[in-house]
Amino acid sequence: MVAHQGGTGYENPFMSEPILQVTDLTKAFGDVMSVDGVTFDIQKGEILGLLGANGAGKTTAINMVLGIITPTKGSVTVFGKDLSHSRIEILRRMNFCSTYTQLPGNLRVWQNLKVFGKLYRVPDLPKRIDEVLEMLEISHLKNRVSGELSAGEGTRLNLCKALLNRPELLLLDEPTASLDPDIADKVRKVVSRIREEESTTILYTSHNMRDVEEVCDRVVFMHKGKVLFIGTAEETLHHFEEESLEDVFIRVARSGEIKPNRGKQKGEVSK
Amino acid sequence: MSLGNVQALVLRYLYLYTRTPIRAVELLFWPLVHLLVWGYLTVFLQENMNSDFPFKITYLIGAVILWDILFRAQQGVAIFFLEDVWSRNLLNIFAAPVTNADYLGSTYVVGFFRAGVTSTMLGGLSLLLYSFNIFDLGLALLPFIFNLLVFGWALGMISTALIVRWGPAAETLAWAVPFFIQPFAAVYYPVSALPVGLQWVAKSLPCSYVFEGMRGTLNTGEVDWASLGLATGLNVIYLAAAGVIFVRVMNTAREKGLLTKFASQ
Repeated sequence: MVAHQGGTGYENPFMSEPILQVTDLTKAFGDVMSVDGVTFDIQKGEILGLLGANGAGKTTAINMVLGIITPTKGSVTVFGKDLSHSRIEILRRMNFCSTYTQLPGNLRVWQNLKVFGKLYRVPDLPKRIDEVLEMLEISHLKNRVSGELSAGEGTRLNLCKALLNRPELLLLDEPTASLDPDIADKVRKVVSRIREEESTTILYTSHNMRDVEEVCDRVVFMHKGKVLFIGTAEETLHHFEEESLEDVFIRVARSGEIKPNRGKQKGEVSK
Repeated sequence: MSLGNVQALVLRYLYLYTRTPIRAVELLFWPLVHLLVWGYLTVFLQENMNSDFPFKITYLIGAVILWDILFRAQQGVAIFFLEDVWSRNLLNIFAAPVTNADYLGSTYVVGFFRAGVTSTMLGGLSLLLYSFNIFDLGLALLPFIFNLLVFGWALGMISTALIVRWGPAAETLAWAVPFFIQPFAAVYYPVSALPVGLQWVAKSLPCSYVFEGMRGTLNTGEVDWASLGLATGLNVIYLAAAGVIFVRVMNTAREKGLLTKFASQ
């Protein structure tokens, strides 16, 4: 298989000290290789899309970056520190939001945010809670019971939790998965806004190619635990000789095939 | 351990209970049923038994109250974890800057509160309904409660570790584990009532010294401090062992991806 990776020839336009550096990250569950030698990095203020079909290893990779799953091999370095040695210190400066998690449904919206605000030691918490609710346009839900929110409102509440501590690194696992196009568009705009206003670095997984085209600076295409390609959306289309990222996604998902474009490719690595 | 994190996690639990009063059923109703059944059995036996029976029947009421302290402390730890599983909040907690010590510390506080609420209610009602005053135990009540709380916490950590290791199908262990040991814990009868082989099992459990101590104190007014010291020593061992088991299982859970499996179920 041929892989194209940022660290081996791809010229990263952000070229600064990486906020997140994942090196040869591998996770095996018994005989199943969920993540297989994945290497990538993210620079400050960059939004990196992690793409791939179900089972590609995206969520496992994110969970390893959070320290919820221990890698079989490889390393995760965040803010220049090894995650395995400085996990708590690192987690204070990052946050995450996943479509697979919820906040306790019995608590009111403000109660959930207060609890997590305290865990992340957010200064001036009441003001910050109002700010994030305003940002996600759910201020009117502040006193509602979280379990009574719609799926879209629940996702936005999760995002509020993830933004509470002004994370320097934000991991978003399919944040628009359950949202209608209008709310999904608003979420994309919030993601772009916090990157612009606070230079937040973001690792973003999605099945929605519109998300990726609109918010991501680069994408990492994964298939069966391996990285197939890293590049900008434009480079990805050029490399795969497809019209849209959706076509690339479908082709990779169905066959894992990458057809090299010999005229344009950079940093080809044989594996 | 971060006191701020412990405070935040306990706050979440308090919000949960104030938001859903129906949870008080579990905390107050079942212990009340337990007290009424054993209390009226005590009244019946007192009225109908020969006066030279070598056993004060009111021991049973004291046993109900003290057992509930152990049970609620254990529940505080085990149910705390399950609340996060049920609400699909587990990953949010474990992806937050929360250490194992913060998490366990908050479960201890919750276990303490649960035991406090239940035992206060049971103590008051047993005085009102059966003229049994738990404070007749005097100063010995403090080490009794302390030892039962600590043993309950240790059992709670072991229960949680087993649930993490074996998955949601093992949730019932959160309620079952204390009852695995109850027959050997000398709660309602003395250790000497057990077969000789099982007496050694009883002597290896810190709570058996508390229940024996309660009966002894009510009988003679004297406190067997040596036995209570032994119970405390055993508790140190149990708590340390439970801590090691918990941390090892959490490490295994991270290696096998068990926490994410919980979160997606």
